[in-house]
Amino acid sequence: MAIGSAKKERIDSLAESSADDSGVSLAASAWKRLRRSPVFLFGSFIIVAFVIVAIIAPWIAPHDPSARDLADQVIKARNEIPKPQPGYPLGGDLQGRDFLSRLLVGAQQTLLVGVFATVIGLIGGLALGTLAGAFGGWVDSLVMRIVDVMLSIPQLLLAFGIGALFAKPNLFTVILAVSIVQIPVFARLLRGSMLAQRESDHVLAATSLGVKHGSIVFRHMLPNSLGPVIVQSTLVLATSIIDAAALSFLGLGNPDDRIPEWGQMLGGAQTVIDTHPQLAFWPAGCIIAIALGFTLVGESLRDALDPKNRR
Amino acid sequence: MALLEVRDLTVEFQRKGEKSFTAVDRVSFDVEPGQTVGLVGESGCGKSVTSLAIMGLLPKRGAKVSGSVMFEGEDLLSLSDKQLRDKRGRDLGMVFQDPLSSLNPVIPIGLQVTEVLERHQGLSRKAAMVEAADLLDKVGIPDPKRRLTEYPHQLSGGMRQRALIAIALACRPRLLIADEPTTALDVTIQAQILTLLKGLVQDLGTALVMITHDLGVVAGLCDEVNVLYGGRVVEKAQRHELFGEPRHPYTHGLLASIPRLDAPRGERLNPIQGSVADNIPWDHACAFAPRCPNALDICRERTPVQEDLGGGRLLRCHNPVQPEVPQEVSA
Repeated sequence: MAIGSAKKERIDSLAESSADDSGVSLAASAWKRLRRSPVFLFGSFIIVAFVIVAIIAPWIAPHDPSARDLADQVIKARNEIPKPQPGYPLGGDLQGRDFLSRLLVGAQQTLLVGVFATVIGLIGGLALGTLAGAFGGWVDSLVMRIVDVMLSIPQLLLAFGIGALFAKPNLFTVILAVSIVQIPVFARLLRGSMLAQRESDHVLAATSLGVKHGSIVFRHMLPNSLGPVIVQSTLVLATSIIDAAALSFLGLGNPDDRIPEWGQMLGGAQTVIDTHPQLAFWPAGCIIAIALGFTLVGESLRDALDPKNRR
Repeated sequence: MALLEVRDLTVEFQRKGEKSFTAVDRVSFDVEPGQTVGLVGESGCGKSVTSLAIMGLLPKRGAKVSGSVMFEGEDLLSLSDKQLRDKRGRDLGMVFQDPLSSLNPVIPIGLQVTEVLERHQGLSRKAAMVEAADLLDKVGIPDPKRRLTEYPHQLSGGMRQRALIAIALACRPRLLIADEPTTALDVTIQAQILTLLKGLVQDLGTALVMITHDLGVVAGLCDEVNVLYGGRVVEKAQRHELFGEPRHPYTHGLLASIPRLDAPRGERLNPIQGSVADNIPWDHACAFAPRCPNALDICRERTPVQEDLGGGRLLRCHNPVQPEVPQEVSA
């Protein structure tokens, strides 16, 4: 080889100084930045706290959330519900069930809806976006026109429409309604960044090496396009929780109120909001807190994954 | 028979409802096995488009490629996508201009080298990794085993270009097209990369098409040089003849515009006036005439034809620079 050993040594020393963090992937360097971000730490603290509560709720809830323990204290005529009392720190709801237990167990349903709606929306969006971005041409046009039609209907209205299609709404129909609304958002986002990748130098370089189309799409285009989609999915977690709560609030959720859900608790409280605002305050506060947690994490992820912020 | 015979290669870009634009106009040249041929010209003269057309990398929609590109007796322009994919990377390699963006940022270098080995030589991942470490070592990347696990952003620009050269040469292609491989690098690294390329093509017997605007690169590397202007070859010559006796005023201007260290103090640089016109005005005129110090009336009225001056020299000019005339500085 034409390169002498002295030259090689020099290159080596230059290389050493430029690569202090050896073997660090983009994900790892993003994580390094995230760990130092107070916004991310605060957001993930909220999420972790809620997830833990949701998991251990059946054990820490002081009472059965569907048992009407305090039914005798509910006096409909005088609009009276059970007050906070020993063993029932937040009192009871309109049916005389322990409010604290319902709040704790409600975390399960809300998180389930949020996570599943996001995952289903993500899968659908990834499929459509990859299809459009990988093939381009008429496939792209067709997929994107469908997406445009879905995007032209206001999000919440579309979710209501889909939710109302089902004669017997239940947890699954709520998840479906909320997730379908998210599909076009993901699809459009992914398609956009896939198209940008199509034109990129490294895809051209891979093409010049005879790499097969499938590898180009799944190894070179898709992984480079996922950054914005990952960020979007954390933000979608927040909006789908809010959407699901809105569906329940309007009575398009699970009609069976033995299993508590925050949106539904909020809906049930609206008739007595003048006299018992705490019935609305607690579930609404929980929804706001968890949505805030996901949004904070999403925002800090966006900053961390943004290539412009990288050294 | 030459390894690569490019005949009347023409590339037109056409958008609906707009006049088509001819980026490359009937360019012909040959590359013999093991030979290094330079395509030289300033920005916008069609160098890169020529290389992309040879590789079949121009977008199908919008770009119309005609003429023929015979590679080992097969016309690359008439091959199907699949046949062309099998050739690329195996028989034809390409090194791009910008090493910073030509590597996939999210996968380690190792996988990008093994990808092409697995694809064309059917090696297993493990065998390919061993081969990849060898390749990185060959292109002068120190500690190749560690580098294989690293990501492109951890390598310097010169290292990345070395890695890209390793990838392009992984399957020992018979032809390598290097599209301004040193433009994005600083001068010291440029020299290293050129030395490396020169050594590698000699070792492997690979023919090299060197695309550059840098005459210094040509002087150090190429056996034969094609000077392009406005999408056409205006002068073709062996290296020594071209540098010794540039005949076309454009080539002459390019050489005169190189800053010289031995020039007297205070002497001005000699640029070629103006810049490449947007559309190629070769019809009924010489495209270089508006910028040419030697331009005559005929240059603005008739398209010069390509003359064979013998000894492999071709020239397209009505009023060439006369070799006897000592190098005058043209205003």
